[in-house]
Formats: sequence, structure tokens, C-alpha cells
Amino acid sequence: MIRQQPEYDALGLKVGLEIHQQLETMKLFCNCPSELEEGDDGVIETVRYLRPVQSEMGDVDAAALAEARKRLRIIYQSTPTTSCLVELDEEPPHPVNPMALETVLMVAKLLGARLVDEVDFMRKIVVDGSNTGGFQRTALVATEGKVRTEMGEVGLQTICLEEDAARKMEDREGEVVYRLDRLGIPLIEVATEPSMRTPPQVREVAEAIGMMLRATRRVKRGLGTIRQDVNVSIRDGARVEIKGVQVLRMIGTIVETEVARQVSLLDIRRKLASRGITKQSIEKDSAVVDLTDIFKDCQSKVIRKGLEKKGSKVLGVRLKGFKGLLKNENEGLKLGGELSGYAKLAGVKGIFHTDELPGYGITDKEVAAVFAALKMDHNKEDAWAIVVEEEQRAHAALELVIMRAALALEGVPKEVRRALEDGTSEYMRPMPGAARMYPETDVPPETITEQMMKALPDVELYEERIARFMKKHELNEEMATQIVKGGMDDTFEELVGGPAKGMGKVTAATLLNTLPELEKENVVFDPVDLPKILGPVIHAHGQGRFSKEGIAKVLRAYKMGAKDIEGAIKMAGLGGGGADKTQVEAAIAKILDGRKQFIKENGMKALKPLMGAVMEELRGKAEGQVINETLKRMLEERVE
Amino acid sequence: MPYTGIPLTLIEEAGAKEGDRISLKTKDRTAEGVLMPHHDFSGTAIITLKLDTGYNMGIKVAADTILKKIADAKPPSVKPVPKAVGKGDRPIIAFLSTGGTIASYVDYRTGAVHPARSSEDLLFANPDIGTICEPRAEVIASILSEDMTPDIWKKTAEAVKKAFDGGAKGVVVTHGTDTMGYTAAALAFMLHNLPGPVVLVGSQRSSDRPSSDAALNLAAATRVAMSPLKEVVVVMHASMSDTRIAIHRATKVRKMHSSRRDAFQSVNAPILGFVEGDDVCISELAVMENDGPFTLKPAMDERATLLWTHPAMSTQMLDAAFATSRGIVIAGTGLGHAPEKVIEHIGKALGAGKIVAMATQCLHGQVDMKVYSRGREMMRMGVVPAGDMLPETAYVKLMWAMGQEPKDDEEAIKLFVTDVAGELTPMRRPDEGDDRDDDMKKGGEGR
Repeated sequence: MIRQQPEYDALGLKVGLEIHQQLETMKLFCNCPSELEEGDDGVIETVRYLRPVQSEMGDVDAAALAEARKRLRIIYQSTPTTSCLVELDEEPPHPVNPMALETVLMVAKLLGARLVDEVDFMRKIVVDGSNTGGFQRTALVATEGKVRTEMGEVGLQTICLEEDAARKMEDREGEVVYRLDRLGIPLIEVATEPSMRTPPQVREVAEAIGMMLRATRRVKRGLGTIRQDVNVSIRDGARVEIKGVQVLRMIGTIVETEVARQVSLLDIRRKLASRGITKQSIEKDSAVVDLTDIFKDCQSKVIRKGLEKKGSKVLGVRLKGFKGLLKNENEGLKLGGELSGYAKLAGVKGIFHTDELPGYGITDKEVAAVFAALKMDHNKEDAWAIVVEEEQRAHAALELVIMRAALALEGVPKEVRRALEDGTSEYMRPMPGAARMYPETDVPPETITEQMMKALPDVELYEERIARFMKKHELNEEMATQIVKGGMDDTFEELVGGPAKGMGKVTAATLLNTLPELEKENVVFDPVDLPKILGPVIHAHGQGRFSKEGIAKVLRAYKMGAKDIEGAIKMAGLGGGGADKTQVEAAIAKILDGRKQFIKENGMKALKPLMGAVMEELRGKAEGQVINETLKRMLEERVE
Repeated sequence: MPYTGIPLTLIEEAGAKEGDRISLKTKDRTAEGVLMPHHDFSGTAIITLKLDTGYNMGIKVAADTILKKIADAKPPSVKPVPKAVGKGDRPIIAFLSTGGTIASYVDYRTGAVHPARSSEDLLFANPDIGTICEPRAEVIASILSEDMTPDIWKKTAEAVKKAFDGGAKGVVVTHGTDTMGYTAAALAFMLHNLPGPVVLVGSQRSSDRPSSDAALNLAAATRVAMSPLKEVVVVMHASMSDTRIAIHRATKVRKMHSSRRDAFQSVNAPILGFVEGDDVCISELAVMENDGPFTLKPAMDERATLLWTHPAMSTQMLDAAFATSRGIVIAGTGLGHAPEKVIEHIGKALGAGKIVAMATQCLHGQVDMKVYSRGREMMRMGVVPAGDMLPETAYVKLMWAMGQEPKDDEEAIKLFVTDVAGELTPMRRPDEGDDRDDDMKKGGEGR
């Protein structure tokens, strides 16, 4: 459902963004490289469990508790070259990486933010296993920045420096596998005010902040290196944080979907109120009932398979007054999905509820039997939910279902959700409070000094760089923009500053056109080797050794095993020094000799067809212009 | 370190204290939050505020900064975790706390870690213990283990005696890890014919972290304390995983890593068993029967020194150590060697009636002073080989032996070279260390 701005205004939409960008430095608290590592060679697995701890204010954080209920067995994979004892929580963190700190200061300056005088690292409790310590280290570095786009100015609340989480490899039943290569990669987090009003604005702001971050030239690029979290609320709704949007163009859809979800939840709240449902009435009927006997001969595959497990039971709870609210396609009501999201925290696969039954092999008779066992009336507005699982887990899951059902009376619960690829999201955990942060006593505070600020490297913004490339290297705006925004600016500068001096246009064309074309033939170069290869090639072309067309041929030769430029030229069949004038004339003469009749009949009109044949022979061996002129001259001579 | 200078003046003038809600107005910014304590490594002009977002922020203040108190500190709302109580007859287990990371709790206002001061604090980390036993907690000391003294060893040993005499089935001693090996050895020498297990346990990660090893180690220690063992043991993680907890003999265990969970390892001896979940496995090497009467022999002569030889070591240092000691344990190199230049000084000390014992800084393997001439020379002079005792165990044992024989050096030496609590092992097996439950290589099989 695409809404228009006035609709969003009417709903009171407010969106905030948190952008997390990985830095291209060593890890934040150890000397491991910030790289991902694939494969299982040398990988060591360690098993851990995390426990909730009391927060700074004395409460056990709701988010932490919800995770801990799962009693997850967490398997950490230590990678041999990208993780050490620090990531494994077996060694205290080292002092903060100075390059990462410097980079966040550069960003803060670019975004006009106000720096703190001393950076204090905090522990943010996260017990889903993504951090080995059970917390993420994060520090506030600056506040009150701003970013401008065509849709206006958006304030920035905070700029933080934090560590990335471990990489989830696999979700198994009661078990989760994380790899430690990503853990500890420095992240800059830029959080905006919740003041964006429409989905397009959100995307624009995200893009603008992303450009600023990349301008430092110290950030990682590519999928997964920048992640957006979106905070969405509407009037009477609540702030919901949707985590892990990796693709920028999905941001708008995610906001739209979340608005629809909140609208629906508010609708459910109204309906529950009109049915006279209260927290007390839900809790009064919250007893978990064993219904295993009813399903002993059930035909449902899920139920049968579930009951095969040792200690498994079918348990159920009453949801008085919830009929038609759990799943109602017509009115877009889907509370069932929300209940199931909570239940999954207990490690169950999902729940069955009355709005979707009979179905899934569960019969009318069984449904009626459950109503009877729960002492509820089939024809009233009552509903129920069941779970098939090992008893303790099933019990925990249904307690969570009741907890979520009670929250439906509040409308939209504050919560953290995970962005899914289709633009929807799924429940992750309750919104953590400020209480889940406490000081990281293992990392000393870092004072931000005037010397540090003075020593910051200058940052050239994108527009500035594009303008410089146009002026200094005679690129047109389109080319310069493509080079800069496409991330080829470093390679370009390395080339035109050295072997390809004064050849900006050819260099840009090679990067923007020749390489992508070669890529289609699967001729791909490692970006690291690229300047080393391209430099001599463009240089040799500049020396007149071969034509522009020859560049692709020579590059192909490298891929076919040529070791250096001379070898590549030779392998490309471009001779030692390309074709000289006499060779060109001789080749053309041979072609003209073979087509005397054709020339006689067509005169100068034969030029174009002949050009094709000549080019076939000489392509890459001489400049096209030279060939063209020579052919024209020789043809004129013969026609005359 | 408390606030000093301008920050202190501002705070005092506003009548504020740590934990109060305050506002700060400096030249550059205005901020409001909870006044946090001064960090040891913070700049002197920095005031740290906890903002409403939960973040702490260091703000540089000057004489013209305006600091206002907004509200009093909220009393910490730490809710006591309800203690679970089991049904039926449960064995009495004594929990003696000496301090250290395992018995520490977090000051939730500041995030600092403090040692537990009461028996409630002690079981704070693991309220479930009450379901399997009847815990009786007692605080012996609240110290960091580097501050441990023979006096507290004695107090602990006396409390162990009292606990068993009072009907306890087993005793758990929570201890900081730095010197836990020393204390374990001391208790093993002091307590004879134990009627049940004495289990020392610590943690390498404080209980304010969700990843703390404290709860698991304490739970395992409780299980071991309920087992039929009858000796002093150390119970700690067997690997970096939270899967298996190792049981080590008190006199053979050493902290071998500054930070890993599996820092404790048995040296020159296999582990005595392990705990997995609720199951305790004990090897046949463990002491399960004691015939004699349960006695306490706590006397220690503290006039002992442990010295490591090293290239270019100073003979003055050695002389100074001899001057204040009745006995010295030298952790020599290799099979038990010391540099030539110190030999004369050792000889003099021996001549003056000092006891000199030789252990090896290799830790693994035993001292053998008959192989090389340097060793033979020292043996002739009267240096006592410490067998395969760890240098720290040898040092504790020398104190204890001298304590038992306050007047008679001959008898003290005799006691020193006699196996008292499994500290001297007759053989070292080629598979030593293989019982360490290594974290699994991916795809490989665990032991």
C-alpha cells in the first residue's frame, strides 16, 4: 500500500534512521584485520551459554531476559586469521584503535556535530549470542550534527563508535552458530532525529549520510558493510526499531509496511477494547493446558512429527475475545503472526491458532474438542493457540504468547524487529531501555584533544572531487561522477598520478567501459592488482605502441598468463611496436589488390565496406584514425 | 580515584554527589544526566555524565561552568533474586567466600565490580544452588586474591573444619583466581583426613557479564562438593567452552593463563575428574577414603621466599632474601640449576643454617640434580630437590613444614620431601595434558 504524503502526515509518521558503517581499519579492540573469512580450515568451535544480568538500574533488561529464556547453546567459530582471544571473550579488549577513533572524528566534523570531550565506552547488553561477552561495546563521540537534503535538514542525535557483532552462520533448534570474523570490526553509527515524514525522505537522508561516510575513504564498501536501522512510529503507535536493512532501496517499503502493521495493531486494540477485554481478563485465563490426548491420532504432519520427540506435548492457552483478530486477510489483521514471533523466542517453530483452523491436517472435530477442553464456546469471540514441543519449551512459548496477547491492549509494543528481504519484518526482542548500558571498565576513556582535531586529515567531499577530476583530468561531468560515485576514484588517481599521467580520458574510459566489457567475457581483475596492470598498459598505449582498441586485447593477454607488458603485447599479437606506416600500407594494399573489381564498380563508395575488411586485419595493431586515413588516401589513388 | 580540582569544586558548590541528576553548562554545550564517578584514567578536568540514552559522556569543565543539581540520586533498585528452594533432604554445603571475581557483584550505579560482603551477595550469582543443596554461606574475607595471606588460609581452614564438624557434607571456597593455586595447596597441607570434599572455585569473567563463567563454575563446584571426594580440589573450566568443568588436585594445579577460562591446569598429574551438566565423573586417582581422624594442622612459618633464577641475577637480592628467611625455594632452570655466581651465596646460606629447596621453572617435569655437575654440586652442599612439585606448591609446603617443625630444620626438611597431599607424584605420564578438553576443531571429534 503506497500512501501519499498527506496520509503520512495524518497518521503522524515519524521516522528516525541509524546508519552503521564498517570501517576499513583493524578491529576496534584488537589487532585482527577487519575481514571476513570463509571456509572451515583451522576454525575452532567453542560452546557458550549467556545469562541475563541485572542492569545498571537493578532490573533485568526485558530484552536480555527474553533472549535468555531460550537458553540457547551458542557455538562460536574462531577463524584462524581474523579473530583472536579478544573476540572469544578470553582476553580483555586492547585500547581503542586510533585510526578508527580518528575516522569517527572526521565524520563528526563533516556532519557539523559537537564532540564530547572524553569518549567513554559502554557495554550494551545483547544476549542473543551475537557478542561473545553478552554485550556490545559502544561509545558516544558526538551529538547535534545535521544533514541537508533537497527535502530539508534533518538533525543528527548521536554519532557513536562501536564494534560490529559476530556473523550468524546457522540457526539450529536450540542452537545458533556465529563466526567471530565480523565481531569487533569498527562501526560508525549515525543516528538521526525521528523527524523524517515520508519514506522517500528517509531514503534520501540515508543516501546523503552514506556519501559523507564514504568521503572519508576509510569505510568498507559492498553488501553488508553498511546497515540501516529504521525507527518508525505513528500517532498512538510506538517506536519500533527495524534492524538490518542492507539494501537502501528497500527502506521506503520497510517504512510503508511498518506503518500498515501499526495501523492494524491500533485497530486490534480498538476491537479488543470494544469486546471488553482487559489485561486482567487475559491473565485470569492464562493457564497453560495439556491437550496432548486430543491430538494423539492427529493427521497433521507437524503435530505428529512434533509428538515423536521425547517429552513432547501439545499445550494450549485460551485467548478469550481474540477471534478474528489473529488472522483476518480482509481487514489486514495479523496478530497471530505477532504471537508466533514471541513464541519462537522459546525455541519453538510456531503456533497454531483458531483463525487458521481447521487446517494443516487439524480437523473440525479436534478443534471442537479443544474448545471443550478449554471450557470455551466455539461460537463466541474466543480463540486459542497451541504449541507442540518438548514440554518445558512449549510452556515457555505459551507464556510468551499470553504476554504478547496482553500487549495487544496497548496497541503497538515498543520492540526491535528484524528487516526481511521482502520489506516486511519479524520480531526480535523488546525495545531495550537505557538501563541496559553500563560502563566498559576494561577500556580506558579517550580524551579528545585539540591536537587530535588539528591533525585530522582533510576530507574532500564528493562534489569537490568530481569538480577536481573535471578540471584537472579533463573529464566530462558524467565520467567524473561515475568514477567518484562508483568508487573507482582511488584507482583512477593512482593511475593518472603515475604511469597514465595526462591520460585522464583514456584512463576513465578504460575503467568505465573497457573493464565492464571484459567482465562480461569473464576477464576480471583483482582490484588490488588493477593499478599494477593498467598502469603499464595505458602507458604503452600513450607511447603509440597500440591503439585504444588494443587496450582490451592486451588486458586479455594478462588474463591468459602474460607476465608483463611486453609479454602481453606480444601475446595480443600487436608485435613489438605495433604496426608501422609501411606495414599498414602493405596490409591495405593487399586488401585493395584483392578487390579490384569491387573498387572499379563502386569508386569511393567502396570506402566503407573496405574499412570493415581492413579493420579486421589491423584492429589493435594501429590507431583507427591512421588506418582510416591511409585507406582513404590509397583508395583515392586507385580510384583516380 | 575521586574527582579533584575544578570538577570537585563545582560538584561541592552545587551540593551534588555521585548518582545525583545534574545539569552542566559549559562554553560549548549544555547537558543533563546522572553524575558518574571519576574514572582512574579520566582527565582531571572531566566530569562524566550518564545521559538518558544510557551513554556516558565526558565533559571538560572550567571555572565558569555552571553545574546544578536537579534531583537526588535514585536509590539503587536492585531486586533480590528470589532464592529457589528444593524439596526433601538436601545435603548441607558450606560456601566460604574469600573474595575475588567469583564473589564480586557490580555496583550498578557505577559499573564497578566489588567483592561480596555478605552471604546473600555470595549466592547472588547463582540463586538456583538452593534447589540441590542447603547452602550455608559465610564470608571469610573480601579481598582480591593478590592480597591473600597465610592468616586467611588459616581462617579458611578453620572454617572448613567447623563446617564439617557442624554437619556439612562438603565445602565450597570461592576465591580470586590469581593465588587460588597457593591457597588450594595450603588447605591441602593443613587439612588431614577430610571427611568430604573441599572445593576451591573462581571465575575468570566477572558476573556482571552475561558471558561470565562464575555461575557455571559455582554450580559445578557445588556438585563436586556433594560428591564422595575426600580431598581439596580446584574446579574450573576445562576448556574455553561452557561444556566441561575440570577437577584438579589442589597441590598440582596452577593458573597458566592470565585471562582464559581454562587458565587452571593440572601440572605433572592428570585431572581428577570433570563435571558435565549435573554429572560428576571422578577418576580412581582421587582420594575417596580417609581412615584417620580429621585434624587441622594450620601452623605456617612465613619466613620463606620463592625466588626464580635468571641470567645476570643479582647475588645481593639472594643474600637479602636469605637474611630474612628461614627457608628458600629456588625455581631453578631445567633440571634444577642456578648460575655459578650464586652457588657460593647458596653455600654460605646453607652453612648459616638456612633451608634451600630447588624446584624447576619449567613447571613440567621433575627436578633431577644428579644429571649435571652443577646439580650434583648443589646437592652435596645440601640443597633439597623438590621433586615434581610446582614452585608455588613447594613454597607453600616449605612454609607449612617449617610451621609444623618450628625448631627442627631436619624434621622440616623430612616433612618437605615426604608426600603429604599428592604433591609429589611418582610418575609422569606421556599423555599428560591430553585430558584437557580442547575446544573442538571444526569437523573434528571431541575427546
